[in-house]
Amino acid sequence: MRLDPRFTFDTLMVGGGNRLAVAAARAVAESPGTVYNPLFVYGTTGLGKTHLMGAIAGLATSLQPDIEVEYLSLDEFMAQMHAAISAGQLDAFARKCERIGLLLLDDVQFLAGRRETQGELLRLFERMQTQGRQIVLTSDRPPSEIDDVDDRLVSRLSGGLLVDVTAPDFETRVAILRSLCAERKISFKDGMLEELARFEFANVRELQGALNRLMAHQAMGLADAPPRPSQELRRAATEFESFLTDIASAVQEHVASWQTRIRERMAYWAGEGYRTGVLQRALDLPKEPDVDGLLATFAAAVEHLKRLERSASAVDERLGADPVFRDPERMSEAEDLVERALSGDTPPPLPIITFQREGFDVGASNQLAAHAADAVVQDPGGKYNPLLVHGPSGVGKTHLLHAIGNVLADTPMPGGKARIVGCVHAQKFIDELIAAIQGGTIDRWRRRYGHVDALLVDDVQFVAGKERTQEEFFALFNTIVGEGRQIVLTSDRTPAEIPDLEARLRSRFEGGLVVAIQPPDRPLRERLFARFLESAGRAAPPELLSTLAEPSVQSVREIIGMVNRLGAVADAGGVPLTTQVARAELGMPTPLAGVPAVQRSRGTRDASFLDAEKVVWEWPDVTARIIEEFR
Amino acid sequence: MSLVNYATREITCKIVYYGPGRSGKTTNLHYIYGQVPGDRKGQMVSLATQTDRTLFFDFLPIDLGTISGFSTRFQLYTVPGQIYYATTRKLVLQGADGVVFVADSQSRQLQENIESFQDLHSNLAEHGVDARAVPLVIQYNKQDLPADMVMGVSDLDEQLNFRGVPSFGADALHGPGVFETLRAISELVLRRLSSGGNR
Repeated sequence: MRLDPRFTFDTLMVGGGNRLAVAAARAVAESPGTVYNPLFVYGTTGLGKTHLMGAIAGLATSLQPDIEVEYLSLDEFMAQMHAAISAGQLDAFARKCERIGLLLLDDVQFLAGRRETQGELLRLFERMQTQGRQIVLTSDRPPSEIDDVDDRLVSRLSGGLLVDVTAPDFETRVAILRSLCAERKISFKDGMLEELARFEFANVRELQGALNRLMAHQAMGLADAPPRPSQELRRAATEFESFLTDIASAVQEHVASWQTRIRERMAYWAGEGYRTGVLQRALDLPKEPDVDGLLATFAAAVEHLKRLERSASAVDERLGADPVFRDPERMSEAEDLVERALSGDTPPPLPIITFQREGFDVGASNQLAAHAADAVVQDPGGKYNPLLVHGPSGVGKTHLLHAIGNVLADTPMPGGKARIVGCVHAQKFIDELIAAIQGGTIDRWRRRYGHVDALLVDDVQFVAGKERTQEEFFALFNTIVGEGRQIVLTSDRTPAEIPDLEARLRSRFEGGLVVAIQPPDRPLRERLFARFLESAGRAAPPELLSTLAEPSVQSVREIIGMVNRLGAVADAGGVPLTTQVARAELGMPTPLAGVPAVQRSRGTRDASFLDAEKVVWEWPDVTARIIEEFR
Repeated sequence: MSLVNYATREITCKIVYYGPGRSGKTTNLHYIYGQVPGDRKGQMVSLATQTDRTLFFDFLPIDLGTISGFSTRFQLYTVPGQIYYATTRKLVLQGADGVVFVADSQSRQLQENIESFQDLHSNLAEHGVDARAVPLVIQYNKQDLPADMVMGVSDLDEQLNFRGVPSFGADALHGPGVFETLRAISELVLRRLSSGGNR
């Protein structure tokens, strides 16, 4: 189909009704396939849509003479496509379309209901767009209002720029009439065209028709002026229309800008759960970046993350939930994570660095355990293997375990190789095993723990009743001990007291050294109080220490709790921590008075209570206190 | 309220006409209502007393159709101007994207204009909104009255428009200035988007 060569941008009258469409068309013609793709122009018939297409084609060809331009109505396009399908040459047709640099399709509203061809069209458009081919479409209504069209096609059609053309306003109508007259070399009396233009013509063809009638009248010498339209009616229509036009360009400028496209994609990706920090920063740029490139890069990054996430969760279910897979900016972290997961050498957990051997005070109650620990550190895998430390909770088993781990990790193996220390709580050990069984990655789990040089397991009593864990642990135990590597275990009871523990495991636990830690005795308590008071930045006179160490405690944690509480009491009262304060707070009898103190259970009085009491007593006068009471 | 919903491609603007009693807020809406083609406007809801004073508020939804792929709707509200409807005013003002302050140009109404303008600011502040950030346009209505009864636009600007927002003289009963005001506030509201003011 041929386009009228008179259809150019120069002959197109630009007014409020088509300003946007013309600007967009010009941009498309100047660089096809880059700015608005597809460009979708809609508006009722006779408003210059076909003219616009001709103008695009003309300008594009003059700028790029070798560009292949195809102008077709939808019906023609469909006919070609159907012919290709029936000849079994759809592929050849698609290839031919891909060569077209600028495809102009008119009247696409006739797509309505043609479901099967819509599918072909969608695929074809996708191919063309990925090749950077420009598509321009016109329709008498927006895509969303074309009946019975595949949603995917609608979204593709609306995906570039959707712009409407509306009936020309008064000034444009006058301009059109003048240019038509100039073209036909006719002239009218002054004001005649203006008067004619006052009619609300729905489209340009009607306007042409009216001009033709006027010319006919003039030729016959009949008409001087067309009937005068009502002033009121004219204003009623144009006031809202011009408001609408202005709003449309404001929306175009402020909302449908490049920021909008970015915001739209941001909303989409944020909805999918991805971090969009990069795009947010792009929004703050002073001028338009390469939006297409940016969005394409972002989409590619997200795709890559998705692939990484899939391979990571194939290794380990829980890895899939890692936030690095949701943030394109942490791509390298995600890659590292996957690489580590795939290679299977995620190192076993390390001992906690704050638990050091120097921080472990030794007294009569724990000297055996401390001595055994030192022996283990001296000769790992030698004398006591395994070492099992048991005792009530809070006496320092975990501290000792991690301290052994830290020392072992810091001393290199004979030969200079760094020692791999795995230090894990039994519950975590079990959880990881279960996850590995679930994910079918048991081999990787075995490798992870199998190659440690020292395995330290806290609270090993948790394996009680877990047959599979015990089985795996048994195998692991044999490997490690058999190769002369060290195992250290802690438990809140002796192996014999752990219920549901397989006999073969129990005998192996007992095969090394089983040593108990008792609650701290008095000299150790004094030392512990001194240490904790000092680390809290408080003076620790011997008198206070001996007072504090008087009552027996079950665990070191209790001592820490007491220090904290006394510190809070002293601070609240604004007094130094003295023996008297400690006695009062801990509910111990005051030896000086010789009178038994009121029996109070320890720890029931809290600091805030004492605080309030003190504040009340320090109030300036009785009146103020009474007023406060009435509040 | 989100002004632009990129996910559903909708733009919704809530514009509130504020001002002292009898300054012509409802008249503004009536005029706009009369100009909007039938298929573009919703039912105008007006709760008025027998003497035609706004009792609660007026509400006029306008559908601007699809603009650049965005389905665009404007919701115009008026507040009752009389002093004793303070709560209603505050309620209507909530979530406004833009405010049109309709002042009565009559010289003897000046004090009421000023009071209402202050009321607007305190209500905005109570909503936790920075009054300087809200798009605001001032309309000096009733400019058609005899010149000895009304103050000119520049005099009124001096009295009220200390922030230098766009201001328009208007005759809401007959139309001049009504759409100019609406256009100005709409553009301010939309412009706020591009400056990243999307809430």
